Amino acid sequence: MSRRISIDVAIIGGGLVGSSAALAIRKAGLSVALIDKGYCGAQASGVNYGGVRRQGRPPEQLPLSQRAHRIWPQLKAMIGIDAEYMRCGHLKLARTEKDFAKLEAYAETVRDYGLGLELIAGSALERRFPWLSAKAVGASLCPEDGHANPRLVAPAFARAAERAGVAVLELTPVRDVVATGNGFGILAGDGVEIRCRQLVNSAGAWSDRFAAQFGEAVPLIRIYPSMVVTEPLPLRLPVSMGEQGGSFYGRQVARGNYVMGGGRGLPLADPDYSRPSVTAASSVMQRAIALFPHLAHAQVIRFWSGTEAEMPDGNPVIGPSETTSGLFHAFGFCGAGFQTAPAVGAVLSELVTEGRSTTPIEAFSIGRFRKVTAETAASL
Amino acid sequence: MSELLQPVIVGAGPAGIRAAGRLVRAGLRPIVLDEGQRAGGQIYRRPLIEDGRSYRSRYGSEAGKARKLHESFEALLPEIDYRPETLVWNVSPPERGNQLDVLSAGGHRQIGFSQLLLCTGATDRVLPFPGWTTSGVYTLGASQTALKAQGCTIGDRVVFMGSGPLLYLVAWQYMKAGARVEAVLDTAPFTSKRHLLPLAVRASRIVGLGLFYGLQLQLAGVRIHYGVRPEMVLGKGQVEGLRFRRRTLMGVASETISCDALAYGFALRPETQLADLAGCRFRFDERDRTWLPERDALGRTSRPDVYVAGDGSGIAGADAAEISGELAAMALLEDRGQASAADAPRLVTARDAILRQRDILESAFPFPDDWFETVPDETTLCRCEEITIAEGRHAIASGAVTEINRLKALSRVGMGRCQGRMCSAAAAELLSGTCGTAADKVGRLRAQAPVKPIPLGFSAGLETEGCS
Repeated sequence: MSRRISIDVAIIGGGLVGSSAALAIRKAGLSVALIDKGYCGAQASGVNYGGVRRQGRPPEQLPLSQRAHRIWPQLKAMIGIDAEYMRCGHLKLARTEKDFAKLEAYAETVRDYGLGLELIAGSALERRFPWLSAKAVGASLCPEDGHANPRLVAPAFARAAERAGVAVLELTPVRDVVATGNGFGILAGDGVEIRCRQLVNSAGAWSDRFAAQFGEAVPLIRIYPSMVVTEPLPLRLPVSMGEQGGSFYGRQVARGNYVMGGGRGLPLADPDYSRPSVTAASSVMQRAIALFPHLAHAQVIRFWSGTEAEMPDGNPVIGPSETTSGLFHAFGFCGAGFQTAPAVGAVLSELVTEGRSTTPIEAFSIGRFRKVTAETAASL
Repeated sequence: MSELLQPVIVGAGPAGIRAAGRLVRAGLRPIVLDEGQRAGGQIYRRPLIEDGRSYRSRYGSEAGKARKLHESFEALLPEIDYRPETLVWNVSPPERGNQLDVLSAGGHRQIGFSQLLLCTGATDRVLPFPGWTTSGVYTLGASQTALKAQGCTIGDRVVFMGSGPLLYLVAWQYMKAGARVEAVLDTAPFTSKRHLLPLAVRASRIVGLGLFYGLQLQLAGVRIHYGVRPEMVLGKGQVEGLRFRRRTLMGVASETISCDALAYGFALRPETQLADLAGCRFRFDERDRTWLPERDALGRTSRPDVYVAGDGSGIAGADAAEISGELAAMALLEDRGQASAADAPRLVTARDAILRQRDILESAFPFPDDWFETVPDETTLCRCEEITIAEGRHAIASGAVTEINRLKALSRVGMGRCQGRMCSAAAAELLSGTCGTAADKVGRLRAQAPVKPIPLGFSAGLETEGCS
């Protein structure tokens, strides 16, 4: 089925970053093609925990995170669904004095960013959250953080983009992409040829191969979440939970299921696929019972995993290519891109249409790895 | 270390028992894991406590086979490591070694295997229609289980509906047990029974029994209708009747029948999640409209150390299951370097003859492929997640869905307690019907561990045996 498309902007990767960028760029008046090898939002954007969380992010991510914080309540108007978004608060527990000191230090570091963190210590914690059974020294609450349903958000952005006139090409893997001097040529799927002036690489865990094609090798590694979900239970957990110095996180969705994660899944021989780890799931379940003893007799109905991308310094890559004019990267969100992604889409739209971002993104430049790679090469 | 490991058989029905026997005769001591409290599988299910009923009264025409199978199993007991009430809820993929995760007596265990033979059987295939989740509606298989294992019926005045050989058999068994059979409503048209004529020559016993059940029911005054489609279950909270329509000489007529229980089903669907988790390749089976693990004539899957037998490898009934269990055990032994069995060709021939008969039998009970054309939108599609057909259709249309896992992600169909075991057949039919594509094009729901719910607290007492 050969097909030729000539458009302003092509986006490789229909995750939440790519699909929100597609909608934003289209609304800015450009013609857009959104290309995905599978279905939009079926990888990291769809299988993540669903935390819409600012608390705990490094300060350099907070301007972006705050921008996203203003976008999340507008989903219904933007994409037609609220995606079960709830501003129920994110509570981060500290089991030891040392961990609580870390929470205090973090609150101090990010004081000027407007997260509204509340530090709660000792008996105040029990009074405030009587449902909490585990022993904790204290906690930090970010009252306006929350959670949403990751399965729904990115697909709804892609469908909204499609309604706005974006050519959404699902099940269309990109086979080749080249810079043509005045733009890019893409060969995808079953004989689809795309010509575009600008190109966005938002291919998640598959982004490194596209970056490398333009001379920008990056030390991206794949990570695999290990998730556990229970049967629906009476609503009891009013916040999304995390732990300082622990790997457990959990929330209860509107339907009543507890969605919990921690540790890592394991890749299969084909690293595009992974399995949850029974060991990781088992420790998540033990920690869950320690925190919520009423779950001891609840049934777990499913584990799952997926494929996410991580960068060595914990920050994503967002910004223009340093080798190729008209190319922009946005990937490597380190298992924490769900909350910021809609803002990344907005930033990409600014980069594509105006050549600059109103939100600071210098810390996420792809060039930071060029230096590292060069140094590593020199030391060898 | 694999020489220390034993072969593991999952399932102690006809296939698993015969496979275990064959392995024991070859000098092995297989581990037999079974979810049931007593061996025998679904078809030869035994009561938990002996209730004084004879084999004849419990298993009817199949009494001799049931007794032989049970006796064979009792004789095997000293030679096998048999663990009843054991749920196998995960199989490691080939990259992660040979390991099963099992739940037994409330505790979690990991069990290593040298080779794995999956005899996981089948469950009823159900399709949604208005009221199908009302209390008092059962599957045909469940209503038979109630009778066999517990000596009770699902109601006093029962309607039987659907398609498949089980329809007439269970109706007849209920009648013999003293229940009032209000009607047998066959969703297949009467003309489809013409397929039984050639079968009468090849397998006169099967057709003879079918005719016998039908005739006895009719002699007892039970109404039998063909080409039926249900309209709705009547009654609030509890079944009080059924409204259905059927084609008559005068056109399509709607009728109401009073009853206090309804048993229905549309043949069987294989339980294949463990083969999926084991990483076996699957193929689409046109006759059963479902995905089956690929296997060779003996039961080898695409994974060298995993074998399948019985209805879990393709619906063929108990007699074929017994043979396929033996065959898979032979393949397993051959692959361990033991000489191939002399009787293998004879058994393959016998099994294939049954498979051919089964093909004919299934054509006499065709799948109602117009089902979703008339099921109203507000009908429940996925009962665990309480998703209606309208919501399923909306997810398909608004999300441009063409694939079953995508439908699950966007609508939650198949995401609940049953993990799609009950609803995925219907969801696949709805999807292929809505998209206008062939049933195999919508793909296969990927299995996720645990294949059945496990208690969150299981993780406390983790024990391993035979695992590195």
